[in-house]
Amino acid sequence: MATSVTVKTAAKGGNFLLEAALPGDIFTPADFTDDHRLIAQTAEEFVTKEVLPRVKEMEEKKPGLMVELTKKAGELGLLGSSVPEEYGGGGLGKISTTLVTEKISVYGGFATTFGAQTGIGTLPIVYFGTEEQKKKYLPKISSGEWLSAYCLSEAQAGSDAMSLLTRAELSPDGKNWILNGQKMWITNGGFADIYIVFAKVDGEKLSAFIVERTFPGFKPGNEEHKMGIHGSSTTPLFLENCVVPRENLLYEIGRGHIVAFNILNSGRFTLGVSCVGGAKQGIAISSKYAKERKAFGKSIGEFGLIREKLAEMAIRTYAMDSVVYRIAGTIEAAMAAAEGSADKTQQMMKVLEEYALESSIAKVAGSEMLDFVTDEGVQIFGGNGYHEDYPVCRAYRDSRINRIFEGTNEINRMLIIQMLMKRAMSGQLPLIPAAMKLADEILAGPSMDEAPEGVLAEEARVLASAKKMFLQAAGGAVQKFREKLADEQELIAALANMVMEIYIMESALLRAQKAAAAKGQTASAAMIAAARVYVADGAERVEHEARRALAAVHEGDMLLTQMAVLKRFGKRATPDTIALRRVVAAAVQAQDKYPFEGK
Amino acid sequence: MNIIVCIKQVPAKDAPLAISGNWIKESDIGFEMNEPDSYALEEALRLKEKHGGEVIALSMGPERVKQTIKEALAKGADRAIHVADDNFHQLDPLGSARALAAAIQKEKCDLVLTGLQSDDHGFGQTGVLLAGLLNLPHATLIMSIEAAEGKMKLKRELEAGWFQWIECPLPAVLSIQSGINKVRYATLKGIMAAKKKEIATVTRESLGVSAEATQRVEKIYVPVKSKQTEFLTGSAKEVAAKLVEKLKFEARVI
Repeated sequence: MATSVTVKTAAKGGNFLLEAALPGDIFTPADFTDDHRLIAQTAEEFVTKEVLPRVKEMEEKKPGLMVELTKKAGELGLLGSSVPEEYGGGGLGKISTTLVTEKISVYGGFATTFGAQTGIGTLPIVYFGTEEQKKKYLPKISSGEWLSAYCLSEAQAGSDAMSLLTRAELSPDGKNWILNGQKMWITNGGFADIYIVFAKVDGEKLSAFIVERTFPGFKPGNEEHKMGIHGSSTTPLFLENCVVPRENLLYEIGRGHIVAFNILNSGRFTLGVSCVGGAKQGIAISSKYAKERKAFGKSIGEFGLIREKLAEMAIRTYAMDSVVYRIAGTIEAAMAAAEGSADKTQQMMKVLEEYALESSIAKVAGSEMLDFVTDEGVQIFGGNGYHEDYPVCRAYRDSRINRIFEGTNEINRMLIIQMLMKRAMSGQLPLIPAAMKLADEILAGPSMDEAPEGVLAEEARVLASAKKMFLQAAGGAVQKFREKLADEQELIAALANMVMEIYIMESALLRAQKAAAAKGQTASAAMIAAARVYVADGAERVEHEARRALAAVHEGDMLLTQMAVLKRFGKRATPDTIALRRVVAAAVQAQDKYPFEGK
Repeated sequence: MNIIVCIKQVPAKDAPLAISGNWIKESDIGFEMNEPDSYALEEALRLKEKHGGEVIALSMGPERVKQTIKEALAKGADRAIHVADDNFHQLDPLGSARALAAAIQKEKCDLVLTGLQSDDHGFGQTGVLLAGLLNLPHATLIMSIEAAEGKMKLKRELEAGWFQWIECPLPAVLSIQSGINKVRYATLKGIMAAKKKEIATVTRESLGVSAEATQRVEKIYVPVKSKQTEFLTGSAKEVAAKLVEKLKFEARVI
């Protein structure tokens, strides 16, 4: 779909750490086109009318219901948004697909089923399938006639996926692959028709295969009893001399890791998007409840501490909302730029890889944001929040898995720094020159920075300082540990936390600046307040991590010097975040929902 | 059968309402297709699927109305006419009907459908006035339409659970009762296909319709919630008698 994206050129992955982006450089929900809004409306209406009224039945795993609703989503075109038109999909851009995912992700059980179908269950064939495979499978997957699943994990191979044991051998006549092994935690396992299965050819060369449910030797196991997302199907799979036609090898022998990693990169972003959708629902139900629930003669929503909760839920959601649509806009612009290139698959992989770091940020920060929002939601509901009769109880349980699947948040924190270092070492990202320049600047002593001007100018300055704190900490860490940095997991996580905060702060800030420029400061007052709170608290968090990191890297006089420098970077005004949160809370309570939708 | 459906864009149902002058503050709210009109659109699409022809969506208002027009096209309308007018909300029902009638007269159509009323003003008059201006037969509260050989058999909803079957010639103007069908979704394919459909823009001036209003809104305000408590005294018998009197003549509920 040729959407009119306002982002003309896509910034390079990770570049945000080094350069200050301008509000006009990023895509924000205020930039949605009429088509985007209509697509969102269809997804929203579908969830409101078809999914939400049947949550109880889905939680009880009513046979056939999840399949029925997924097929219905297929009829509306919601399953095939990222499948090219020539294979029966909508061929929509990243922004439209992101909107569909966000709006669908109101109920965890359905969101998980939907995500497995449209993301990790579809994209391996879109990106890596042969022409014949695409023609055979994609039209049926996009229409919902066939449901799909992605099968990487095994009992002993979760985060360490490459240690999987499932084997594939070519049959003596050379016509079929014979697969043997067991898979675990397969979303949609119980009812899918198509399974993307990873196995090692001859026990060593990791490869991907398209396995149909009806192939001989293929058997799904019983449903797992999970903490949450009860509506979704999760089963083990048993492959006992499973016969897979030779042409069902996906991509190349021994290059299954390329398929797995690229699909996971993309899936991580989508998961972050899904968390934003869940959080918006959490805010809406909590705000409504706070209005209805009376205590001490008034609505509990009138109390400052409840308002503060609603405000913080909205602020963190706003920040991640800004992050995921910024990434979606960047990816769509990069994909558009790559369009027409000779090898489409190669180009797509390049784009996915380029923004793998940002995708990991969306996953980690999005899942932790949703956990925060649902946790505070339970608190607002009080005793009722601990009861299954209230939807926030289920939302709380459903949220927890997001920090685990698609690569645990711990693995992803390691990846964020690993990817960053890889880009720095290969020269794709001039991180090392930037760190050296900062070192010179430190030696030169305090400079007289120009006085900031305009909306959120102080926050922009604070953000710039946060980036310096990161360079200071990361520069020291690399210098001290060099290639052994990988062994310092706690230090890496501290650096990753700084990277994430910087990207989130910047996305929240730029979106509010863009809104203020378009609509004026008065009309954007609540959004500006949200951005100010996020940047103020984010700066505290960055400084905290910087202090931890510097203490782990330096000692003695050097540490004292570094702390003095950090103190200099940490100079900032003290906004009244209590008053600012009241502004945001008022915006939430005026509508009883997330107040920054599409504006 | 060529059908024109009149569709209004109204403030979203969950929009926070704040008064600004003689209307609501529009800058911070979302807009949506007037729900009663969505049933009229659905009925038109079903008639087209049965009898062939064309469905034309007709809508009036500022630029933002295009969003609602696109929704109608995405759901299956073949083309649309946008009467572009920034002061749409200040028009009274007669003014609206005059502009719509002028636009309709430029088209050849067999049937004009409207919703029962709008979710914002709720006058419920535009359809009736439109029929008068177009000099066409009209019926309201339509529950079902069976069209054959230049005429229609219509089911109308009366009061107290009564229905009425009537016959009506074509062309005609009908106001559709809400809830008579299940409104379809705009599919993603429909949304993409709508991009290629025509939206003709006309202005009130080009239609030669006066902008002069026949009604004026004096004041708009949020109703004040009030409650009164009155204690009746006396013996049980006296209190009961007083209560009956009050229920009969003051509250008028018995």
